[in-house]
Amino acid sequence: MEQTVYLLLENGQCMEGKAFGAPVTETVGEVVFTTAMTGYCETLTDPSYCGQMVVQTFPLIGNYGMIPEDFESGRPQLCAYIVREWCQNPSNFRNGGDLDTFLRKWGIPGIYGLDTRKLTRLLREKGVMNGKLTTQKPQGSPEELKALASFRVTKPVDKVTCSAAQSYGEESSAFHVVLWDFGAKRNILRELLDMGCRVTVVPAGTSAKEILSMAPDGVMLSNGPGDPTDNPEIIREVGALMASGVPIMGICLGHQLMALAKGGETDKLKYGHRGANQPVREEKTGRIYITSQNHGYAVSKAPQGAVVSFTNVNDNTCEGLEYTDCPAFSVQFHPEACGGPKDTEMLFLRLCRMMEETKNTREETVVCR
Amino acid sequence: MPLNPRLKKVMVIGSGPIVIGQAAEFDYAGTQACRALKEEGLTVVLVNSNPATIMTDKAVADSIYIEPLTLETLRRIIRLEKPDGLLSTLGGQTGLTLSMELAREGFLAKEGVALLGARLETIDRAEDRQIFKDTMESIGQPTVPSKVVHTLEGALEFAEKMGYPVVVRPAFTLGGTGGGIAATPQELEEIAGNGLRLSPIHQVLVEKSIAGWKEIEFEVIRDGAGNAVTVCSMENLDPVGVHTGDSIVAAPALTLADREYQMLRSAALNIIHAMGVEGGCNCQFALNPDSFQYAVIEVNPRVSRSSALASKATGYPIARVAAKIALGYRLDEIPNEITGKTMACFEPALDYVVVKVPKWPFDKFVYASRRLGTQMKATGEVMAIGRSFEQALLKAIRGAEISLDTLNLPGMEELTREELMEKISAQDDQRIFAVFEALKRGITVEELHELTGIDPWFLSKLVHMVSLEERMKKEPITREFLLELKQNGYPDAAIRRISGQEVEHLPAVYKMVDTCGGEFASETPYFYSSWEEEDEAAEFIAEHSTGKPVVLVFGSGPIRIGQGIEFDYASVHCVWAYKEAGYEVVLINNNPETVSTDFNTGDRLYFEPLTPEDVMDIVREEKPVGAVVAFGGQTAIRLTACLVENGVPVLGTPADSIDMAEDRGRFDALLEELSMKRPKGDTVTTEEEALAAANRLGYPVLMRPSYVLGGQNMIIAFSDADIREYMKIILEHEGKNVVLIDQYLMGVELEVDAVCDGEDVLLPGIMEHIERAGVHSGDSIAVCPPWNLTQKQKAQVAEYSRKLALALHTKGLINIQYILHEGELYIIEVNPRSSRTVPYISKVTGIPVVDIAARAMMGEKLRDMGYGTGLAPESGWYAVKVPVFSFEKLTDVDVQLGPEMKSTGEVLGVARTLEEALYKGLTAAGFRMEKEGGVLLTVRDSDKGEIAAVAAKFTALGFSLYATAGTAKVLREAGLNAMVTAKIHESDVNTRTLLESGKVRYIVSTSAKGRIPARDSVKLRRKAVELGIPCLTSLDTANALVDSLQSSFSEENTQLVDIARLERNADIHKG
Repeated sequence: MEQTVYLLLENGQCMEGKAFGAPVTETVGEVVFTTAMTGYCETLTDPSYCGQMVVQTFPLIGNYGMIPEDFESGRPQLCAYIVREWCQNPSNFRNGGDLDTFLRKWGIPGIYGLDTRKLTRLLREKGVMNGKLTTQKPQGSPEELKALASFRVTKPVDKVTCSAAQSYGEESSAFHVVLWDFGAKRNILRELLDMGCRVTVVPAGTSAKEILSMAPDGVMLSNGPGDPTDNPEIIREVGALMASGVPIMGICLGHQLMALAKGGETDKLKYGHRGANQPVREEKTGRIYITSQNHGYAVSKAPQGAVVSFTNVNDNTCEGLEYTDCPAFSVQFHPEACGGPKDTEMLFLRLCRMMEETKNTREETVVCR
Repeated sequence: MPLNPRLKKVMVIGSGPIVIGQAAEFDYAGTQACRALKEEGLTVVLVNSNPATIMTDKAVADSIYIEPLTLETLRRIIRLEKPDGLLSTLGGQTGLTLSMELAREGFLAKEGVALLGARLETIDRAEDRQIFKDTMESIGQPTVPSKVVHTLEGALEFAEKMGYPVVVRPAFTLGGTGGGIAATPQELEEIAGNGLRLSPIHQVLVEKSIAGWKEIEFEVIRDGAGNAVTVCSMENLDPVGVHTGDSIVAAPALTLADREYQMLRSAALNIIHAMGVEGGCNCQFALNPDSFQYAVIEVNPRVSRSSALASKATGYPIARVAAKIALGYRLDEIPNEITGKTMACFEPALDYVVVKVPKWPFDKFVYASRRLGTQMKATGEVMAIGRSFEQALLKAIRGAEISLDTLNLPGMEELTREELMEKISAQDDQRIFAVFEALKRGITVEELHELTGIDPWFLSKLVHMVSLEERMKKEPITREFLLELKQNGYPDAAIRRISGQEVEHLPAVYKMVDTCGGEFASETPYFYSSWEEEDEAAEFIAEHSTGKPVVLVFGSGPIRIGQGIEFDYASVHCVWAYKEAGYEVVLINNNPETVSTDFNTGDRLYFEPLTPEDVMDIVREEKPVGAVVAFGGQTAIRLTACLVENGVPVLGTPADSIDMAEDRGRFDALLEELSMKRPKGDTVTTEEEALAAANRLGYPVLMRPSYVLGGQNMIIAFSDADIREYMKIILEHEGKNVVLIDQYLMGVELEVDAVCDGEDVLLPGIMEHIERAGVHSGDSIAVCPPWNLTQKQKAQVAEYSRKLALALHTKGLINIQYILHEGELYIIEVNPRSSRTVPYISKVTGIPVVDIAARAMMGEKLRDMGYGTGLAPESGWYAVKVPVFSFEKLTDVDVQLGPEMKSTGEVLGVARTLEEALYKGLTAAGFRMEKEGGVLLTVRDSDKGEIAAVAAKFTALGFSLYATAGTAKVLREAGLNAMVTAKIHESDVNTRTLLESGKVRYIVSTSAKGRIPARDSVKLRRKAVELGIPCLTSLDTANALVDSLQSSFSEENTQLVDIARLERNADIHKG
């Protein structure tokens, strides 16, 4: 018989399910839900989920097994996984084992068999909450709840960034892009390589000066976990980088850090956007794109010198910024998809065009002299 | 982009009669579209030949033409109505093809009518095989490699290049005759050789075989600005090869990793962009299960059966959004009605699994080939929603009304392993049950996957169900285990039966279908059952309580022969009437193709199987003051007992009256009391008894198993030999069952739908059948008003009907069938409920029958409703209902009409005279009204007395006569010249070769026997179907046709009748 486990939420509500994956030891994290129907391999390994417990709203998870080549990082990054039903007999030509074995291997506890829709609706109505996973039926005493509510994951970016710089791609590539890794999803790297760029991935703690010393044609600011305002040092460096005139593209956390660096503001959304069906409107053209998203914070006030380029059609939050005073743009959603739609993949091309223009201007400037 | 200001009046073409492959989904789509147009303040002109539709209601369209869907008729309506636009994509293939032809010939441009929803180029890109291939190639989308060849060498060469196996498809042979899969050059030589010979143009298509690939569908929607979203993905349980309409389908796709999913999603979007579709589009893909290789199989740039399923599966109203797009709106300008908070430009996220199971007509057509392939055979489908695949599958199975509530099909355990494996390879409608049996016997998932191509994921789910059933037999059913079983879809009855243990019922809770996986708060009253913690329906009911009494209305389940869209029409009208009267109406149904399962038809919709257990859970949830069973056909009637037992009042006619009408003994007593006659009859259980009874009653006699409804397994016996044959069949099939034998009276059949309030009775009209008794009422041509009854006879029918309705304590509708035999009126059948003819009679008399009936059920009096009582005065219009069949889709079915119903749909002809109405009806039913050529006559002895008169009329028109020897002799004796043609078994030059020669325009073929495919008469009639030659199997039908041919009517001169205005005429009569 599977072990019964409990999920206590900071509002005192407790849900009961069964354990799978790694044995449950008391685990605390922020409980969030994603509505994507496919892409659980990507979700599990997305570094932006660091410190969170993820609820899948789609009830059948693990159908096609674990597929390492689709992973977005080397390991699962969330702290617990919550599903209605996990698949014991996955089927796919790339299937590399079942979900349970995978979670066991990485020491991540899972919980299944609970009313995930009820949990989702709860999070939607009350906003995201911290949760505690235990094997003992929790008392839910005021002290316990207070402690639970006050829990915050500390410095999540530090936990998920790479330890040292590393280069990818051909030396002879047209462009050299520095990918500033705040917990970058692998597909950002893949997309850049597919565009024919040489990519140097650098840790979050790298300074603007160090980055510029690598003579990049452009810089990509990656996604990552947590509250963007928790990263004052990085924000300072981002500001310096933006002042340098190097072409910059930011995704998700990268987008938020850029806005903060230029004096904008960010805010926590009630329950975030997590899924593969979020519609955004491109302000310039009026075109609608379906995007993959995973964020709990959003830019609530655009900085001076930036115009909103994309807006979420559902709740009108800012989904992208275009800077008028420097060659930079950023998006809240994930143009690299994985999981999710590839409808906005062209933004990577945009970065390439920007790098090309800057390169040409620089060369023209040299010639004129 | 706002509404195009030029548009004021828009014409919508419906899909015509229900046939296999084009069913109720287009009534649902058309109705949704018309509503969307009317919301914009547009005037809607609707054309559809099918009267049993909601779209042809005054509430839905402004002008309604129930006219033949032919080019000439449409041209005339356009000239008359002068619409500004024509919406082409919501009437199925029929509507689309007609619209395209009108556009292509320049007619629309000339008349200044804008083609909405599709462009000519788009349609060509989808429908012309070559342009389609070229378009796909130009955007880098792979199609299945294939080549058209005229020689064996060509076929071999292509196969050599592409690799074996290859599929051979001969051109222009019906149902793929002569095709097949060749794995070696030898096999190809044989199959292609055969195919080339069989193809009338000696052409075959050789295609690379993709057997075993997964079949995945995407429903996509795109606006004029180029915004596009995918609404839903669907995965067929059966791999490529079985028509998607005949496959069990799951939504969303369940075995694709994100990479495959996004690959196909992107492909679907690229395709819809390249095709330039503005509206809904269906893309079908084949996906190699072992790689990322895929091929585009088909693209339908219109609303389809799959889009109806996708709409109901996700809650996204595809037809409505497509209609708005056709008017010029962009996706981000159309609100998502479900959430009320978001826009139509998003992709639904499901937090449940949907399973669709087809409903096949093989229970009616015992001799039909059950094999499934590229030709769809299902007449309808059921959909089920669950939180697990197992739950959704079992809900769909028990909702399909095939006497099953698990996957254990009786008879399977008796098969030997070889027989079982053979059944599994044969790919018929019972394959899922055979696979389940194989898994029970321990045959592995791998082996079955190898044999069927069904993905191991699905097979593993079946294995899980096998293991649950094993556990049930061994373990005590604890509360925890019971919960697990409920979550996996097992109803209490199945648990009791399998485990042998008593279980207490664990009630369901209800989850909402909200398009967004719970991300946004929704107010949609669209629910499905599950066994979880939170009950959203209870919450919803509490929050939205209006204090009004709640009434349950049942839909009629899947569309099948004998219970079609007419019942959805009635259910929906009943809902409207109760809403109007101040009730809160809760609808329960499981058919995704219908208007009744639109979430805004009732106040709340439960998408659930119509079984006692499922319904009682909803009763507990909703606490209704009563339930309406009278409009949902036999499906709803069957719930009566359970409702009564549980103390739920059945509204309208008391349940006891239903029993009285169905119980032979009680019914006979009632008739006796009323001094009414019915054909004499007897009940027998053995052959000897049957023979004795038949001889006592006198031939012909009608035989049927006692429990049977809707003419299933009904037979007319003309001799002792027939009795012996049929008793053998019946006893074999049904074991010890009582067989009813009735005297069979060959008289005039009459039918009445009446409304009774307990005191008075209103008869909107009397219908008279063209065919004398012998043909099932659903297959007869019916005329209203009756054309050869005397005033006295009409009065007698009215009086009988009144007495019967009152005696049965009817409150609401009652349907009565009569035979007028030698001046005497006999009662054949009484059903105190809504019938197939209700929409028809409502439309032709202008009396809203369902509405009145519903009000009568609530206690209102007919006297106060303003439609009068007694037999309503005739309106001055004739309306002729003509049945439509789907024989070309069902191989081996005898087309001879008899007491078993065979038609799938119907059309209507409305005119001032019977002649004209009949002409329009026949034209609408697809008869080519040709006035020259040959007629082949071959009739049974009992028809020989009358054949000469029919033949004489054909001769008078200038037709030449062909006949088989016996018939020819009769004709000669009557002074008619007929060329004698040998029967098929008599000579190589025979009736069949005569048909192939193309000389014959009509066939009149009746035979005493039939049914069995090997019989000459059946072969001849099948050949006629293959060649598309109208085959008349009743002399009455033949007579009506030839009379109509003699008339001066043509498509150019019939009167076009706007039914909406006709109703106003009726109002005047009423005063």
